[in-house]
Amino acid sequence: MANEEVKLLGAWASPFSCRVENALKLKGVKYEFIEEDLQNKSPLLLQSNPVHKKIPVLIHNGKPIAESLVIIEYIDETWDGYPILPKDPYERAVARFWAKFLDEKCLPALWKACWCTEEEKEKNVEEALGVLKILENELKNKKFFGGNTINMVDIAANFIGYWFGVVQEALGIKLANAESFPALHNYMNEYVKCSHIKEHLPPREKLVGFFRARVQATSSS
Amino acid sequence: MAEEVKLFKTWSSPYGLRAVWALKLKGIEYESIDEDHDNKSPQLLQYNPVHKKIPVLIHNGKPVAESLVIVEYIDETWKQNPILPQDPYECATACFWAKFGDEKVLPSIWRVFIQEGKAQEELLGQAMENLKFLEEQLEGKVFFGGEKIGLVDIALGWIANLTCMLEEISGLKLITQEKFPLLFGWMQNFVCTVFVCLNPKPTERPRQLGGLQALDY
Repeated sequence: MANEEVKLLGAWASPFSCRVENALKLKGVKYEFIEEDLQNKSPLLLQSNPVHKKIPVLIHNGKPIAESLVIIEYIDETWDGYPILPKDPYERAVARFWAKFLDEKCLPALWKACWCTEEEKEKNVEEALGVLKILENELKNKKFFGGNTINMVDIAANFIGYWFGVVQEALGIKLANAESFPALHNYMNEYVKCSHIKEHLPPREKLVGFFRARVQATSSS
Repeated sequence: MAEEVKLFKTWSSPYGLRAVWALKLKGIEYESIDEDHDNKSPQLLQYNPVHKKIPVLIHNGKPVAESLVIVEYIDETWKQNPILPQDPYECATACFWAKFGDEKVLPSIWRVFIQEGKAQEELLGQAMENLKFLEEQLEGKVFFGGEKIGLVDIALGWIANLTCMLEEISGLKLITQEKFPLLFGWMQNFVCTVFVCLNPKPTERPRQLGGLQALDY
């Protein structure tokens, strides 16, 4: 569609922001990326997402949409091209189920396990391993959550496919080894090789550096 | 095509009710299977091995879990009486507010009612702020979905059901006509539409919940 204005308020190191960029690029949508300073949020961000005051926010012809998974479905509905969600209602429901599971259970559990104090470690690591076992089971005999090609779940799983490894490297930890989680490790390998994804990921060195700086900031505060 | 539709739920869960309301709005015949929280059936554990929770919809043998995922599935499978808007932007807006309800409103209200004293006062502010956002969304509308019930109404229906009960148990009035006139009005409209119009022959079996009674389906 000609004369379309698409802006994305995001942050380069955020997996949530990156998901939306991935979806836009898959569809070949031209957009303006506006990097937000999360310590000093812009009036545009606060006005576009007054409820959560968070990135990412997609602004399409002046109309804002917030929440990364909502934005991804919007992108899929609005622009033709790569099918991010399946057409069949049952397969769509399955994809939404897993995307929800990733956001509501996996990411919080993995994040907590990475960043918690020593006292909380045992409980948090156990919870993280629990969700990873569920993912391991789902990924058995599959290259991606979407099967042979990526779908919305894989876009949503960028934390699993990429950020998780980066954060662990920055922290000098390893929560899930390849022997116990072969399918998951295979997924992470395939993820960064997938042409629909690898070009849209932030550079690994830069991202590791970002999280290392965050570790230092946390330990010195 | 002979369709087999089953719904695993409990008698009291607001999440299960969402699926019930969606099925009733569409006029879909279904078999209701009431689960016992403390003694879950092997079928439930088999159909939802990840969360082991209700609701689970089984359509021709295939399970769908997570209440809002179920509602969207129902809407996409049976086209009559649409629950979600056709327009992608309006659809995204509806999904945003449904998510807001689950992730912010429900926990903030629940926390208010399970605390007392100073802790309760502190949590009240957050709950009120969340309710103000919902109040704004009702400007010029009967339902969140406009003239008719939509996804957001179904997602927030627990407010009409649960909040009143919690207010009666605790004595704390959260949603009053003075503070939230539109939300208050919406609750009346929603209760009327869902509990009466969609259910012309409610069972007379009342259930006890802390001294209150809830109509069963």
